[in-house]
Amino acid sequence: MSSAEASRPRRVADRAWLALTLLTLTTSGFGEAGLGGGLVAALLLGIAFVKGRLVVHHFMELKNVRLPWRLVMEGWLLLVLGGIGLAYWLGSG
Amino acid sequence: MGNGVSVSVEISPPPAIAEGAVREAREELPGDFAMWIFIFAELLVFGVFFLGYASARARNVELFNTSQLQADRMAGTVNTLLLVTSSWLVARAVHAIRAGRAEACARWLMGAIGLGGGFLVVKGVEYTAKFDAGISLSTNTFWMFYLSLTFFHFMHVILGMVILAAVLLKAGRGGYTAAEHRGVETGASYWHMVDLVWIILFPLVYVVR
Repeated sequence: MSSAEASRPRRVADRAWLALTLLTLTTSGFGEAGLGGGLVAALLLGIAFVKGRLVVHHFMELKNVRLPWRLVMEGWLLLVLGGIGLAYWLGSG
Repeated sequence: MGNGVSVSVEISPPPAIAEGAVREAREELPGDFAMWIFIFAELLVFGVFFLGYASARARNVELFNTSQLQADRMAGTVNTLLLVTSSWLVARAVHAIRAGRAEACARWLMGAIGLGGGFLVVKGVEYTAKFDAGISLSTNTFWMFYLSLTFFHFMHVILGMVILAAVLLKAGRGGYTAAEHRGVETGASYWHMVDLVWIILFPLVYVVR
């Protein structure tokens, strides 16, 4: 493997870490500001989905695995975060 | 070609490049498949717990919102940063061993385990403060879920650190190479699962209201 090929996944993982850090601070910032409500909850769950996908794709390295495996992981994220969102929506009504 | 002549030459790529090309296009799960069965089972259990929390909250919104204000959000934020960084270090350990750099792999793993230890310390301090404030499993439904969920995850962090320590020991003895490092990928996959679960747990119990 050439050094350029070897460093590509490393650079992607580095960028994923940076994004995860910034998104974590964003989530925390919403909490510190005392923000709540349906829209904020949806946004925070969306951020959690993006963060989860970054881990699944670039740390677990499942971005290029067979579709069924990706569906299991991304489906889990969607089902769990969607279910949480639904419960929060039902609770607000 | 500009002169209209096409030349077909078959060149076998050097083994290292061929190996890299296979890796880029890999369709199989990294590490041992048995670990992935374990990971899927763990995700199923955590998923049910998360939905149980959200369902209980839907019936006790005021109680959950009021109790959540007492949770130490800053500790949760620090622990999230520790875990995502630790997960990143483990990813770097995998990249290092693929490049045949066993010593670097061991160093990245040591850093990851150290940050995992930091997570346990922060969580321990948090638990102590809550217990000192008289909070327990029986305080109310929020705290029952909060303590159960986070402690269940806490135990997984410990198990993940034990797995990474076993990988580190073997890496330190030169037990992994660029050609054979399935054990590093297996341990890394479990550790990333521990991180993934926390990524949902953090906003769920500390922030979303």
